Amino acid sequence: MTASLPVTVIGGYLGAGKTTLVNHLLRHAGGRRLAVLVNEFGELAIDEDLIEAEDDGLISIAGGCICCSFGNDLIGALNDLTAMSPPPDHIVIESSGVAIPGAIVSAMLLAESFRSDGVVVVVDAETVQRNARDDYIGDTITRQLADAEIVLANKIDLVGESDREALMAWLAQVAPGAIVIAATRGEVAPDALLGVVPRPGTGSPSDHSDQLFESMVVMPGSGGDIAVLAERLATGAYGVIRAKGYARGADGKLRLLHTVGQRWDVVPATDNHETGIICLGFRGSLNRSAIAGVVSDLT
Amino acid sequence: MSTTTIYSARKILTMNPNQREVSHVAVRDGRILGAGALSDLDGWGDYTLDDRFADKVLMPGLIEGHAHTMEGTLWRNVYVGWFDRMDPDGKIWPGLKSIDAVVERLSEEDARLTDPDAPLPGWSLDPIYMGNQRVTRHDLDRVSTTRPIGVLHASGHIMNVNTRALELAGLLKPGVNHQGIPLGDDGLPMGELYGPDAMTPVGAHVGFDRALTDCDERGLIDYAKLCVRAGVTTSTDLAARLTDDSVAMMLDVTGRDGFPARIVPLRVFFGISAEEIVDYVVKLRDRSTELLRLGRIKAVADGSIQGFSARMRWPGYYNGAPNGLWYTPPDQMSELYNRALAAGVQVHTHTNGDQATQMALDMLEPALKAHPSPDHRFTLQHCQLADAAQFRKMASLGMCVNLFANHHFYWGDEHYRLTVGPERAERMNACRTALASGVPMAIHSDAPVTPLGPLFTAWESVHRITASGRTQGEGEKISVDAALYAITMGAAYTLHLDGEIGSIEVGKKADFAVLEDDPTTVDPMALKDVRVWGTVQNGRIFAAADL
Repeated sequence: MTASLPVTVIGGYLGAGKTTLVNHLLRHAGGRRLAVLVNEFGELAIDEDLIEAEDDGLISIAGGCICCSFGNDLIGALNDLTAMSPPPDHIVIESSGVAIPGAIVSAMLLAESFRSDGVVVVVDAETVQRNARDDYIGDTITRQLADAEIVLANKIDLVGESDREALMAWLAQVAPGAIVIAATRGEVAPDALLGVVPRPGTGSPSDHSDQLFESMVVMPGSGGDIAVLAERLATGAYGVIRAKGYARGADGKLRLLHTVGQRWDVVPATDNHETGIICLGFRGSLNRSAIAGVVSDLT
Repeated sequence: MSTTTIYSARKILTMNPNQREVSHVAVRDGRILGAGALSDLDGWGDYTLDDRFADKVLMPGLIEGHAHTMEGTLWRNVYVGWFDRMDPDGKIWPGLKSIDAVVERLSEEDARLTDPDAPLPGWSLDPIYMGNQRVTRHDLDRVSTTRPIGVLHASGHIMNVNTRALELAGLLKPGVNHQGIPLGDDGLPMGELYGPDAMTPVGAHVGFDRALTDCDERGLIDYAKLCVRAGVTTSTDLAARLTDDSVAMMLDVTGRDGFPARIVPLRVFFGISAEEIVDYVVKLRDRSTELLRLGRIKAVADGSIQGFSARMRWPGYYNGAPNGLWYTPPDQMSELYNRALAAGVQVHTHTNGDQATQMALDMLEPALKAHPSPDHRFTLQHCQLADAAQFRKMASLGMCVNLFANHHFYWGDEHYRLTVGPERAERMNACRTALASGVPMAIHSDAPVTPLGPLFTAWESVHRITASGRTQGEGEKISVDAALYAITMGAAYTLHLDGEIGSIEVGKKADFAVLEDDPTTVDPMALKDVRVWGTVQNGRIFAAADL
């Protein structure tokens, strides 16, 4: 059995900045081989300087990333990706502006060998509240936000201080439980959206220059209930936006744990890995001692 | 020198108000030289008098303004519908009135197949007529447990599959969590798949491949046979991808001697930007031929009412279902309309729910102000729930409408009971209001969703009878004359083809529906049963019996 590929869905209404975000992620993939599937109208809007080659609808991008569109057949496109050699590290689906991300996740999970690695909903910080009141598209936007694990409040530079507070309060209502990250031009650390990449051999996170976030590595003990640990990290007040790592269960078997926002998942690990869990949160908000405490209590 | 043939007929219904009924029509070079009494026509010079239609009734060739040529392709699957239906070869497949009968027909086909692994696809199942009985994989397992079987419902939105098909798709497992895939008491999928997300992963294993909407060569030929049998000489293909390959195929097939129908395919606005599609269609327009008319766009605003994916205004669905989905959101529709108007390209827009209709109206009005376009004839397709104010708005914006009269028969009872409730069900597909508001109107079958047959469609708009036999919407009935106009001139107008086809008068194409009975004198309740002998298309004669 092959390891299941992580899939992150990027949703959000037209003009929110999904494509800008995708370009940013491709530009700062940090060694990840990303495969981006787009279902937006028109040409793949990938920044030209990133494109190395284009062949039969598949765009090759510097650093081993690729991009293609999936049209009506998401499952077919996903299966095509798993057939690649080597397969990508992480799949990003950029949904259409009117798609409901949760529906894409449940459709995607019908295929074998994929796991959902978070729903990121991009909003235009300046216009989202007004659009959410629109007769035509308001319910689409609030349905998208209700599915979010991470909300990227993009174009935040266009919003004044006092309006930011109102925006955050409103987002907390329409996207309950979601982590909100403010950004300009989609510039956000890929680690926060796609999970932290352990640097080969060291088990420590890769550098990210974004000053918005910090991360820590905790070493679990010899065994415990990993599902309970994942749930605590995701839902407890530890400031963890994302956690990912390997730990041994009470039966001594290795598990892969990952959390995004308040959602968590634990699956059997398929390969050998060192144990260790990387947690990422907003700088200054990561409660390091409490995280260390809960990990040592439960493992 | 060109020869002239003058056909005599029992009656010729011209749709020309100056001479509504005549006895003779003269044809030269595939066009109508004149219609009238023989004495009106013999001044054109030498002619051959042809009496083969002397006991027939001629109408202008019927025009199907909203259908899909994939109907021709679907007939290669097993028909398991509730209603009797004629295949391209003229064989009438009797409707199946029970799950047992469906299993039996599939079993007959199963026994015929020599390859034990070959998939067995069926189509047009509709358990709503069987008391909404559920069909499960266990039912289809009675046909075979080793061969993958999939049966598409008539609506196109649901598929039933057997256990083997689920196994091949990797879905016969516990823990499937998808709202389009109901689970049984054993925690495994029941074999019902709702919506494209659920259908697509299994479809390929049961013989419905990824590009279900595209017609192939044989399908197009078979579709044209169905046209002849229905008296149709021009049909749209209302949502084609029109890839280079499919355009080449359609040009080839429609260019062959003996191809009997004019096909009007519209490029669907999906997976392509507004800018690209308008550019593409402008280029395609130049490749049009006499029998393949390219250069129009089909946009899709929302989903379907019975699938609860149509966009509804307040108070929404009668059963409380959440509002449907935009297939094309307002901003994109607006961009498409602006660019298309600027380029002089016509757009037909699918709207089912009344909010989708309103959105199209709201997007078109400012686009028209930006790009004044006399005679744009943008057409709303289906437009099933439009109210009177919306029809008035269509009229003032210069729009046309093509209402889904057949839907009223096949799903009217469901709409009354479940989806929109009595009041809106009674006004669905409001033909009379459309005409009273001055909106140029066609009516359609949306084949393969319902069978191709404009005379049936006309019958339905005259009587508004539902499948259970109720009259639904007395006030929206139209006259036989108005209905016959809708399936000829009405549809021609929506395609900007009213100067070429749609009536029998001098200068137009020699396109006739050749009928055994007179639709204007039969009991109106028998309009749907008027027998079709065949067609004349561009002066060429096609007898249904000889296909």
